[in-house]
Amino acid sequence: MENNSAYAVQMKDITIRFGSYCALNKVRLDVKKGSVHAILGENGAGKTTLMNILYGLYQKDSGEISLYGKTEEIRNPSMAIAKGIGMVHQHFMLVENFTVTQNIILGMETVKGAGILDMRSARQEVEDIVKRYGLQVDPDALISDISVGMQQRVEILKALYRGAEILILDEPTAVLTPQEIDELIGIMKKLISDGKTIIIITHKLKEIKKSADYCTIIRRGEYVDTVAVKDVSQEELASMMVGRKVRLEVEKGPAKRGEVIFEVSDLDAMDERGVKVLKRLSIRVRGGEIFGIAGVDGNGQKELVEVITNLRKAESGTVKIHGREIQNTTTRNTMDSGISTIHEDRQKRGIIPDFTVADNVVLDTFRSGRFSSKGILNKKAIGEAAENLLKEYDVRPNGCKDLLIRGLSGGNQQKVIIGREIANDPDLLIAVQPTRGLDVGAIEYVHKTLIRERDKGKAILLISLELDEVLALADTIGVIYDGAVNAVLDRKEANEENIGLLMAGGTLHE
Amino acid sequence: MNRTMEKLLKKPITATIVSIILGFIVAALILTAAGYNPLEAFGALLRGTMGRPKYVANVLIKGTPIIITGLSIAFAYKMGLFNIGAEGQYIVGSIAATIVGILCDFPPAIQIPLIIIAGMAAGALYGGIAGYLKARFGINEVITTIMLNWIALYLCNFISQIAPFYKTGTTGTYAINESGFTVLFSKWKTSEAAADFIAGHPLIGDMMRTDFNIGIFVAVLLAVGITFFLNYTAKGYELRAVGFNKEGAEFAGISVKKNIIHTMLIAGALAGLAAALNITGINPHNISHLAMFEQNGMNGIAVAFIAGGSPIGCIFSGLLFGGLLYGGQSIQYEVGAPSEIINIMIGTIVFFVALTKILPTLAEYLAKRGETNA
Amino acid sequence: MLNTLSLLIGITLMYSTPFVFGALGGVISERSGVMNIGIEGMMTVGAFIGAMTGYYTESPLYGVISAALVGGLIAALHAMAAITFKADQTISGCAVNLLGPGLALFFCRLAFDGATMSMPVENKIPKIFGNKVTGLLANLNVSVITIVALAAAVGMWFLLYRTKWGLRICAVGEQPAAADTLGINVYKTRYICVIVSGMLAGIAGASITLDVMAQFTPTAVAGQGFIALAAVIFGKWKPMGAYFACLIFGFAQALTVVLGGGSVAIPSALLAMLPYVLTIVILILFVGKSVAPKADGIAYEKGKR
Repeated sequence: MENNSAYAVQMKDITIRFGSYCALNKVRLDVKKGSVHAILGENGAGKTTLMNILYGLYQKDSGEISLYGKTEEIRNPSMAIAKGIGMVHQHFMLVENFTVTQNIILGMETVKGAGILDMRSARQEVEDIVKRYGLQVDPDALISDISVGMQQRVEILKALYRGAEILILDEPTAVLTPQEIDELIGIMKKLISDGKTIIIITHKLKEIKKSADYCTIIRRGEYVDTVAVKDVSQEELASMMVGRKVRLEVEKGPAKRGEVIFEVSDLDAMDERGVKVLKRLSIRVRGGEIFGIAGVDGNGQKELVEVITNLRKAESGTVKIHGREIQNTTTRNTMDSGISTIHEDRQKRGIIPDFTVADNVVLDTFRSGRFSSKGILNKKAIGEAAENLLKEYDVRPNGCKDLLIRGLSGGNQQKVIIGREIANDPDLLIAVQPTRGLDVGAIEYVHKTLIRERDKGKAILLISLELDEVLALADTIGVIYDGAVNAVLDRKEANEENIGLLMAGGTLHE
Repeated sequence: MNRTMEKLLKKPITATIVSIILGFIVAALILTAAGYNPLEAFGALLRGTMGRPKYVANVLIKGTPIIITGLSIAFAYKMGLFNIGAEGQYIVGSIAATIVGILCDFPPAIQIPLIIIAGMAAGALYGGIAGYLKARFGINEVITTIMLNWIALYLCNFISQIAPFYKTGTTGTYAINESGFTVLFSKWKTSEAAADFIAGHPLIGDMMRTDFNIGIFVAVLLAVGITFFLNYTAKGYELRAVGFNKEGAEFAGISVKKNIIHTMLIAGALAGLAAALNITGINPHNISHLAMFEQNGMNGIAVAFIAGGSPIGCIFSGLLFGGLLYGGQSIQYEVGAPSEIINIMIGTIVFFVALTKILPTLAEYLAKRGETNA
Repeated sequence: MLNTLSLLIGITLMYSTPFVFGALGGVISERSGVMNIGIEGMMTVGAFIGAMTGYYTESPLYGVISAALVGGLIAALHAMAAITFKADQTISGCAVNLLGPGLALFFCRLAFDGATMSMPVENKIPKIFGNKVTGLLANLNVSVITIVALAAAVGMWFLLYRTKWGLRICAVGEQPAAADTLGINVYKTRYICVIVSGMLAGIAGASITLDVMAQFTPTAVAGQGFIALAAVIFGKWKPMGAYFACLIFGFAQALTVVLGGGSVAIPSALLAMLPYVLTIVILILFVGKSVAPKADGIAYEKGKR
């Protein structure tokens, strides 16, 4: 394709290496002006890297970038901004203790005289853009006080304030409710009609179908194809993304529900600022079933897990396992009562990155008689236990038990964690976002393992922000909204529409 | 070639050695600029540390307390705590050791352990205060220990001037009772049999002219013991887990707060032990009015950092440090250059230790270049 | 009574001046995300350079300026370690604390004939009411640099909260990655802040040897840099907060002077503990978990977020 001013962005033969690892190999991208162009690929395929190059955060090793038909060098974000490129990162780049306005103007401040901030006119300018695109936010609110959806709007405003004509959105829907996603698509439409060009990075097929005109697929750092979205099906996109046919469904038999093993009743809890975040929350989980909690981030999921694991105080209400209350005791007590937890934040909560794999395997149990006696560690027993676990869960690379676990891939770290927690033989297994950041192969493995444990009669509490994951795995679905589980549905009654409505705080009318 | 280079650069010991060499180079440059011959100065330094058995013994004596305070700091640092307070813990340790040593007079088999326990207990308590304040109120241990250092200094000045400890006509207290001395062969040294022996064995005799005491052996045992404790015991596992990843440890049911307090108790006990060993082992076996800190804790910080936080490493960096401090005086006597050049050298070494984090990165760069060349 | 009170105020202001400069240095450095526990070492060098220049040029102004420049130079080393080499900032700060007194005493011996003390300077920093006042005014006759300290605190407050540079400094210290994506040069911002921090520490040192005392001695600084550091945390990393924290420390010291000279028989050693005990008590009662800038002490690496 020739350089052409009909294309807002053209990237040709882009290659970048990190050390000896080739992250992108001769990748191309052609984005038509005034279109929504999706970049599709699995986690780690190189989508974000490609966009970071366009935004000047990384420097390509070779290749060419042109904007509107003109070859450009983009050496840093300032140059990208000057050329009308704006980027909304997946992890928002916001200063939490700044206000909305301060975040928007940062780096391009409105000043009077020598560098003195003119906050009044800055605020006015922000309000103008807010009105023009219908992006409702309070310019004076602190970032730490507003919802994730709002924060995303601030990010978009930041780009628009800088005169962005080309807007890059990195995984913009990851944290939104279905309803918020619709709103975002509405905002995108408005921007397109205003002449902007949008590039959206995602691995969600449904949203591509809903919002994008074109889609470029990248697989393991290689360019696969560019297609017009209306000409392809979701399944076709999926197989281009992973390179083989995949089933979007998880295979599982019906649940054989047993007794209620775990029960949370009327639980109240506060967050760090003393705001009530759990409000009379109640759930009951039976043996042999996967109880999925669906909900948008920030509705109390984190705090619920923390209260169960005794990292947070319960203001009132009870948490019972086998009828025994465990709230407001110790984390150790939660574990000893037969609850194991796979935490969403692997690096922070799940492992000690600077310990060896073997040491991580016994993180919960190093004090037990099996692994220590009279306070002295039994290194031999620890090594054997680690070897068994690594074999059973197929953790790569082979023989990694004496390596630091930080060197393992996310999927392999997760296998170690899951293996460790299951080895505790818990009655209740809590899995919070168990597949976050994993590739398709690892996700399948994690899902199968959870179902296998269910079929052994364990109670499984799955908390996930991915509605697809909850729908695929859960036998019973509870929807959490504003600190309470207001509706519990059997999987058979649940579908995306009714769950989505509940996630946004709506009610079901029979 | 590159592969060996890469491996070498990734070894922590390489970084340390490079830093020490650079420290000497910078000191040489400064000496030259100031008009002194650096070779002469370093010659004097070498003779001042190894020239006579007596000097070697004094280097060991000088090195002992800072090896142990270095252990205290390295230990706390493993837990993510920065124990600037070793200085104060050392001071309260010497106060307690002196008080007990003066007030009690048991046979040595009781007296010595008693004094040592008193020193350790005082140090532990003092470190524990900072640990408790951090665990309970979240107050940064760096500020509390800095404040506690000053309080300890003035407490020392107070105790050393009151009855029944103050020795009239001096700036300090009485010495502890002799039953508490740990100087090796202290009685025998002055006997007639010893005089003959010393005449016949000039080397050993020379060493005996110092306060050579049990301290250095204790220090080595401690370094080995702490290494074992950290790597082979359940408690050590727990402490390291908290040090590497507080949230992760907490989630695994390990109490972070308890471990912070325990760490500071142990770190304080170590500093207090260093002090008690000095009171029992070295003349004048007492405490006296302090105009300024003696830097036993502060130098321990440098020892711990040069050792890269390794307890065994503390033995070597402590001895290096002891050698520099003791031998450095010879630079002034023999060459006339200010002995503070030693402090500059030590500061430079620590500075380069901080910088040498670049070495593994350099190794990776070399590896990458090797690959593209291949 | 009024006499004692005015004396107390005057001494408080005098003693707090070095703390203020040192603490402001800490504030600006840590606000940009670089921990600076090397303030003590930088102050020691500043104290010596100030006294030496002041002695040889007979100009306290030159003394202060040269102290600031050399302080900035030492800080540049710390900046290089912390920012470019991504060194452990605690270790590199400690290195500065070891290096500072070493350098100061080494060059003091060279400059003053082998002595570890400088000769007394001819001219100290001038007093605000000149040399001829008596009575109450004499008690309150603080030096010009004490007023400069207040001005510096107010100035830093204005810089941080009312100018675009301040907004950028705070962003770099809180969320360097965010600042980076908006085209703010994280490394440059941090370099400037750390160097300014060293210059302020240098002035702090000079204010000891050219105002509080009139010469450099090995114990001239003696831990005042660490107290400044405590004031930074105490003042919650805010310029005015740090300023008032310094006044409290200065007051506690003044109290020991005034009480020590009084009729009450309190052993001076116990009195001298007062500021430090007070600090701990205040920390327990009022501060608790003070929140440092989020990226304080963490080296920024591009692409790692």
